[in-house]
Amino acid sequence: MTTTNYERNMVLSSVDYKVVGTRPIRPDGADKVTGRALYGADFDTSGLLHGHVLRSPHAHARIKSIDTSKAEALQGVLAVVTSKDLPHEADESDATKYSRDNMLASDKVLYKGHAIAAVAASNPHVAEEAVGLIEIEYEILPSVMTAPNGMKADAPILLENLRTEELGEKTDKVSNVAQHFQHVKGDIDVGFADADVVVEREYNTATVHQGYIEPHAATALWNNDGRLHIWCSTQGSFAARDALAGILAIPVSQIRVTPLEIGGGFGGKIPVYVEPIAALLSKKSGHAVKVVMSRADVFESTGPTSGSNIRIKVGAKNDGKITALQGYLAFEAGGYPGSPVGAGAICIFAAYDVDNVLIDGYDVVVNKPKSAPYRAPGAPNAAFACEQAIDELAGKLGMDPIDLRLKNAAVEGTRRPDGPAFPRIGCIEVLEAMKSHPHYSAPLGPNQGRGVAIGYWFNIGFQSSVNINVNSDGTISLIEGSTDIGGTRASISMQAAEVLGIPMEDVRPSIVDTDSIGFTGVTGGSRTTYATGWVAYEAAQDVARQMVERAAAIWDVEADGIELKDGVFQSKTDPELKMTFKELAGQIEGGGTVVGRASMNTGGLGAGGGSFAGNIVDVEVDPDTGKTLVTRMTAIQDAGKAIHPSYVEGQMQGGSVQGIGWALNEEYYMREDGSMANTSLLDYRMPTSLDIPMIDTVIVEVASSDHPYGVRGVGEANIVPPTPAIANAVHNATGNRMANLPINSIAIMEAKWKKQGS
Amino acid sequence: MHWIDYASPHSVREAVDLLNEAGAGARPMAGGTDVLVQLRANALPGVELVVDIKNVPELNEITMDPELGLTLGAAVPCYKIYGNQAIKRAYPGLIDAASLIGGTQIQGRASLGGNLCNAAPSGDSIPVMIALSGVARIAGPNGEREVPLEDFCTGVRQTVLQQGEILVALHFPAPQANAGANYMRFIPRNEMDIAVAGVGSSVVLENGNIKSARVSLASVAPTPLYVKEIGDAIAGKPANEETLQIAGQIAKDAAKPITDMRGTIEYRRHLCDVLTRRSLQIAIDRAKES
Amino acid sequence: MPAKTYVQTIINGEHVDFLCEPRQSLLECLRDVIGLTGTKEGCNDGNCGACTVSMDGRIVTSCLVLGVEAEGKEITTIEGIANGSELHQVQQSFLENAALQCGICTPGFIVSSVALLEQIPHPSEHQIRFWLANNLCRCTGYDKIVRAVQDAATKM
Repeated sequence: MTTTNYERNMVLSSVDYKVVGTRPIRPDGADKVTGRALYGADFDTSGLLHGHVLRSPHAHARIKSIDTSKAEALQGVLAVVTSKDLPHEADESDATKYSRDNMLASDKVLYKGHAIAAVAASNPHVAEEAVGLIEIEYEILPSVMTAPNGMKADAPILLENLRTEELGEKTDKVSNVAQHFQHVKGDIDVGFADADVVVEREYNTATVHQGYIEPHAATALWNNDGRLHIWCSTQGSFAARDALAGILAIPVSQIRVTPLEIGGGFGGKIPVYVEPIAALLSKKSGHAVKVVMSRADVFESTGPTSGSNIRIKVGAKNDGKITALQGYLAFEAGGYPGSPVGAGAICIFAAYDVDNVLIDGYDVVVNKPKSAPYRAPGAPNAAFACEQAIDELAGKLGMDPIDLRLKNAAVEGTRRPDGPAFPRIGCIEVLEAMKSHPHYSAPLGPNQGRGVAIGYWFNIGFQSSVNINVNSDGTISLIEGSTDIGGTRASISMQAAEVLGIPMEDVRPSIVDTDSIGFTGVTGGSRTTYATGWVAYEAAQDVARQMVERAAAIWDVEADGIELKDGVFQSKTDPELKMTFKELAGQIEGGGTVVGRASMNTGGLGAGGGSFAGNIVDVEVDPDTGKTLVTRMTAIQDAGKAIHPSYVEGQMQGGSVQGIGWALNEEYYMREDGSMANTSLLDYRMPTSLDIPMIDTVIVEVASSDHPYGVRGVGEANIVPPTPAIANAVHNATGNRMANLPINSIAIMEAKWKKQGS
Repeated sequence: MHWIDYASPHSVREAVDLLNEAGAGARPMAGGTDVLVQLRANALPGVELVVDIKNVPELNEITMDPELGLTLGAAVPCYKIYGNQAIKRAYPGLIDAASLIGGTQIQGRASLGGNLCNAAPSGDSIPVMIALSGVARIAGPNGEREVPLEDFCTGVRQTVLQQGEILVALHFPAPQANAGANYMRFIPRNEMDIAVAGVGSSVVLENGNIKSARVSLASVAPTPLYVKEIGDAIAGKPANEETLQIAGQIAKDAAKPITDMRGTIEYRRHLCDVLTRRSLQIAIDRAKES
Repeated sequence: MPAKTYVQTIINGEHVDFLCEPRQSLLECLRDVIGLTGTKEGCNDGNCGACTVSMDGRIVTSCLVLGVEAEGKEITTIEGIANGSELHQVQQSFLENAALQCGICTPGFIVSSVALLEQIPHPSEHQIRFWLANNLCRCTGYDKIVRAVQDAATKM
């Protein structure tokens, strides 16, 4: 598979379809380019009130008292709520308590920004003023901000009830370590003893945020009949419904979630934050209440992803065969347990087939907002460490960095240290596409360096439901529940269209609420095109079967003598008997509408086998200021089958650029008192258009073994390799190994000065 | 935001009267790109009246006179500055600053006068305006006065403006022959950021030597820093690498930065050296072309 | 209760009048008072460009303009870019080039890009990126947005 005919965007496709693989205009396009599409904050309804939230000014404190009387007395205020308005059963589990406390703090606040109370008023400015009138007495406690500090024996304890789970067993140990797990394969002592060359290094990554442009927004109406209706921006209306049922202690049947359009999520809009608060304010005020976060709220009160401390040790023979891999991952969970250290441990060495591996993972609570998923959560941290260690190993061996990876590449059947064996995967194909890409051999200029890296994300499957109604004009209405963050209305519609032999433009997709479609999992985990698309395929097959029955009735022949081929229903024996889908649709109304349906669990973690992604990146480092420009970047990814290549490219380019921001500039700059200093988009520096070159793409297609079109989820793996690829490029340009993120200009100059001994 | 009242005077007199009467309770506003952010963050406690000065004619003036130089109204937005061909030719240093503040949309509103009155240590327009020997024309209840720009900022977000006073315009002397100026800053991204360090410089050349020079620094002291010592040290010296290094070293020594979320002390001082040399080089190149 | 201010303005070619409090931004007035929700809030401090509108021919971040300052101004929002039912070439190019994923930044980008092409009909890649630097996108990585603007430039 060579890429000698270079184009900026390439699809290395081996199977052609009629609709799948083409680039039609997305069905929701007109609404989105005219401002008509309604996002969370755009929703309006009669008598709408506005909610404003009071958030903790302290990183760690006990709440001694809350006095809301002045707020309640302010003209225009219709409701004030605190944790007292949430249910708290006597037998409330720790997990449930944590989920409720994170919505509105009860006895303690665990991070600056932790929500404590909320006010509803008809004027949002009045609501804000009322929040300023709430009086709270705090007992400030010492705070801890990093995983290593949280693990120290004398660290302040965040959660009195938390006991460390040690290698699967609950202990009596009171600490900030929620969990320590281990994955063991073979014997690393044997492996390291066998090695000719060893690289060992420690890495640190800073807390970073998903950075979606749309802040969280939800409107709730807790109606007089006891039913709660939520309109929100969410990555999963069913996930939101389930979360609300647990937090509010009401049955899921009492809750309806209507998803609005969503302005970015990257995993961060899977958890709920403003929904329960809006619900409580609605219940208390008797009105619909909208709660919208400010940008500072988003940074301080919603889950960023974990900062982390990672140690890698890798040993290899002189010929490049890796004999042992060891990883230590300590991740910041934020105020409550649940960092993505587990996922990081799955992905960290996934690209390598090595006999002896040991991974230790630690989930550590610290006084930062509770972490939330951020695009391949845990894997970018892990790759930043592992892929630099591999790069350093290649340097020590005098080996080409891609050849070193090829020599040790995971293949179908490779057993990962966390247990599963890979089904068919595209690791080698991605590496080979990287190696043969013209970028890899292009000349470099002064002060420039090049780096490569490969990353993995396992993807998920789980449950989706789709209904398809056939319209008499030959179009179909496709009813689904996957909120569309990146063009999945198109990719799901295209899979149904392919089955029925109709153009995508004849599919009318609707994303509906939780009462109107069967259970559907989140738009996340790289599952939407894969799982909901697969279910749409099955629903379309159901339609096809029913249409065949109708044709049989019309032609008065046996149904098993009719087949659907290239969009035409035809008799296998009599060539005169044929009708297009459109023609048949126009004739069936007398017999009732054809409704196809499917609801499926498409597999669990690792459904489809996961996706490998690689980057080749060039940087130019100003030797006097340390300013780093990304001058060229190429993204390569195995998509299995790119249903809509433009949207696959979009995922690859988007993940690459988030990776650039993560690598060079983004971080939570924490003050001594545990507050974040840079809570605006001015100083939380995400890349602008001027910071980024064109991102060339190569889509590799190694079909997954289960999906009908061979699809692999692509949303996430592409954010895994950029940070190490850039670190490797900076090393190539400067000779300095940058083991901490972000690799900003100050860090680069400090590394230079340290080397000079000045 | 707490409740505010809004007034839009149409004369300098009216503006002065409004501000004088309300005292600390009022704040003049031009582009609003700093004032509104600060009001929302409760960083302007006690301000209950916003006085919009964009409708006062003198504050929108752009006049170029071959002898008197440039008169730039305090409210003139950045886009009008870099869209003005005469200013582009005669004061490229001002264009550097006007094109760097924020981004396109911010430049549609923000003014150099407002940037000056905001008096942030990092104000991108201030160093080069100082280097160009700019003067502030102020109107107040007691009449008008002028203040050289290097004296205008007195502390972080503090200026010489007294109760009821308003910046009316900025004056820049007519450019001399063989003169050039430049503003340059270091930011982590390529646009939109606050300067980690910035340098405004101007030079006048004579026979290949630096006849005179003015250099001012941003983001390395509580106010923009006019480093007179640099001009004193390099006057009469040849416009070469060695001279630039002298300038850079003085800049590095004069800087008094802090460590904060945008930079460290050591890094900012280092940048003062690098940027002073680079900025002066551009000023010199422009002087040769002029 | 303190009094609201009466503002008269022209929005998307039509005379519009409204009442607002002086503390309400133009963004708030457009969205909450007038009901034009196409313009979005991303940060409320001028750093993301999602609230971009054109005012008297220049693009501005409407979060940093007070509603009362709109008096007598001519404002174009995303709702005024299309010509009736006919999309503007920039809108069409954005669709054809898949230059949007979640779409929240798209109204701001389209208003900014239309203004760019009015100023510079055939911009270079650098000029496009420089002009659009005040508009943040987190989904696309900007590649397809730049292509869409280049595409529109060739067709206008």
